[in-house]
Amino acid sequence: MQPSAELLYRQMYKSRCFEEAVTRLWNDGHISAEMHLNKGEEAIVAGVLDHVTDGDAMALEHRGTAPLVMRGVELGLLIKEFMGLEDGLCRGMGGHMHLFSPEHLAASSGIVGASGPAACGFAFAAQHLRPGKLAVAFFGEGAMNQGMLMESINLASAWSLPVIFVCKDNGMAITTSSPEVTGGNLLTRARGLGAQAVSVDGTDVNEVWRAAHDAFQRAREGRGPTFLHATCVHPDGHLLGDPLLRIVRKPVRELKSRVAPLAKAAATGGSSLSEKAASLGSIVGMLGREWKSQRQGGSDPVERQRQRLPISDAERAELEAEVEAEVQAAVAAALRSQEGRG
Amino acid sequence: MTTMTFAGAIEDALMKAMSEDERIVIFGEDVHSIRMNLFTKFGEMRVRPAPISESAFLGAAVTASMAGLRPIVEIMMIDFIAVAVDALVNHAAKLEAFSGGRWKAPMVVRASCGGGYGDGGQHEQTLWGWLAQVPGMKVVVPSNPADAGGLMLSAIQDEGPVIYMEHKLLADYWIDGLADGGRTNLEYDIPEAGACGEVPKTWEPIPIGEANVLRDGDDLTMVSVGVSVHRCLEAAARLADRGVQAGVIDLRSIAPLDTDAVCHAVERTGRLLVVDEDYKHFSLSGELAALVMEAGIAAKFARVALEDTIPFDRRREAQALPNVARILEAASALTEH
Repeated sequence: MQPSAELLYRQMYKSRCFEEAVTRLWNDGHISAEMHLNKGEEAIVAGVLDHVTDGDAMALEHRGTAPLVMRGVELGLLIKEFMGLEDGLCRGMGGHMHLFSPEHLAASSGIVGASGPAACGFAFAAQHLRPGKLAVAFFGEGAMNQGMLMESINLASAWSLPVIFVCKDNGMAITTSSPEVTGGNLLTRARGLGAQAVSVDGTDVNEVWRAAHDAFQRAREGRGPTFLHATCVHPDGHLLGDPLLRIVRKPVRELKSRVAPLAKAAATGGSSLSEKAASLGSIVGMLGREWKSQRQGGSDPVERQRQRLPISDAERAELEAEVEAEVQAAVAAALRSQEGRG
Repeated sequence: MTTMTFAGAIEDALMKAMSEDERIVIFGEDVHSIRMNLFTKFGEMRVRPAPISESAFLGAAVTASMAGLRPIVEIMMIDFIAVAVDALVNHAAKLEAFSGGRWKAPMVVRASCGGGYGDGGQHEQTLWGWLAQVPGMKVVVPSNPADAGGLMLSAIQDEGPVIYMEHKLLADYWIDGLADGGRTNLEYDIPEAGACGEVPKTWEPIPIGEANVLRDGDDLTMVSVGVSVHRCLEAAARLADRGVQAGVIDLRSIAPLDTDAVCHAVERTGRLLVVDEDYKHFSLSGELAALVMEAGIAAKFARVALEDTIPFDRRREAQALPNVARILEAASALTEH
């Protein structure tokens, strides 16, 4: 079985276009506070969701936009929700970290790791009410150190629950390098808890699709959960306005207020000189990693899929224009709704 | 006197305390970047970034404190304490009682709290009433830089577990990181006197459980904590223009509560208005009403508090959180004859 390269590209491009529009709205101050994007994860989400059918459930984290876009939730409803409008997906009550769509059995949470237990419950309900259906949990590698997620993998194994645990690994837990706070190996850990475990390049939608294909088959046949580990890059950092990225992008402006207290802290009292040098070294290392992550151009999953589309340039341009028009119409409608509010 | 920001005052007090006492250690998620200056000064062994494993590292703080350290555990937002609350409710808070007073857990939990910047109901709660309900736990919530530094010293010196909450509207780095993210086109109702103000030349601990009477008034007593204290002060000034003299008490500590200060004032005014950013029911505001009744004081009572889940939409959020208009309305109803 082969996926449709064109369809996968359309999904990924739609998510990307949508999130670029969201970024502009956020920059213009139409969206308050935090905004976490799926940018960089499109291949993972598209490759997994291509196997999802009605009756399957999705447990989402604080990055729930792309899964809902790809499941076909009306774009206008999402934008209006992000803008806090009464006619948004959740009437402006939840915001982007708390998106819910009962029609799609999709529930989000801003609490790290919470998608694990949520997926187990959806899967347990599927065992009773919708045989052959399953639940997908999306989370980052940082969440793998959260007790409730590790417990969930064990629970899913013990009860043979049809869960696909999708771990999107960008190597960074906000500003913390994940390997520095993670013991052992995540695949071994998942296997130790009884799950089937597989790792793929999460910027290659075909790789993700194939791994997901096997995992979905296992789950639907009642053979238990799979831990699907997929690597990726977050070009916009942890959230829009990521403090580390701001330093990397505009060091002079962002560091101006930070340098004096930092120099004072380094100069006076406290730990030994070598310990201070180590601390400063790890701050520089953290900024360096962030800078490097900005330059991994080749790993853009949308661009990667674009390069291997089996359609003509004209056909591709037509597809992209269609998607762009849909996004633009949704943004325009949201802005009109906001205006009408007075 | 020196002027400092709210966050600057906490850091300054911590610099002093950590320089004087090597037992003080900080751990939590992203502390190497959030507490970059402390990390640089004291090194990774004393300012230690942790995995996203709140139940493990909060639980570890309890026994680390029992074994001689003075840990300050950082829970980025108080909402997240829910995943790890066992360490506090069933362990830290119980230790002194269970050991017959022979063993204590001198630890501080530092967390941001509060709303007013549009982050939704899972990232803007205060939860202090919920946490303060368990015997054996102290909860402090400073409303200005001077109290922020002084209460931090007391929290560190305390022999038991203390939850120290800093309101995000008062701490500039939280607004920068979570709300603005480099943008300059959004506005927040930040109380100036809370975000920046005078602090003592040398830090002295401010006793936990001691309220601060910020304003005297014979007609009405307003009792509050955190950012809402500033809303009360603004409302009191407007009430004075109308000839109503309202007093304002900043509790500073939720547990233990300064019952004497509250009762003393209410005895005089016969009217108590509690303004609380926490949930209304089963709460700090209800507790204050009960304490006044238990003291045998006949008083009229009203409260402005959070009635429901905080809406994400900033407009509805502003209505849901205690604001000056709602305080004035409640105060007028209480003082009408």
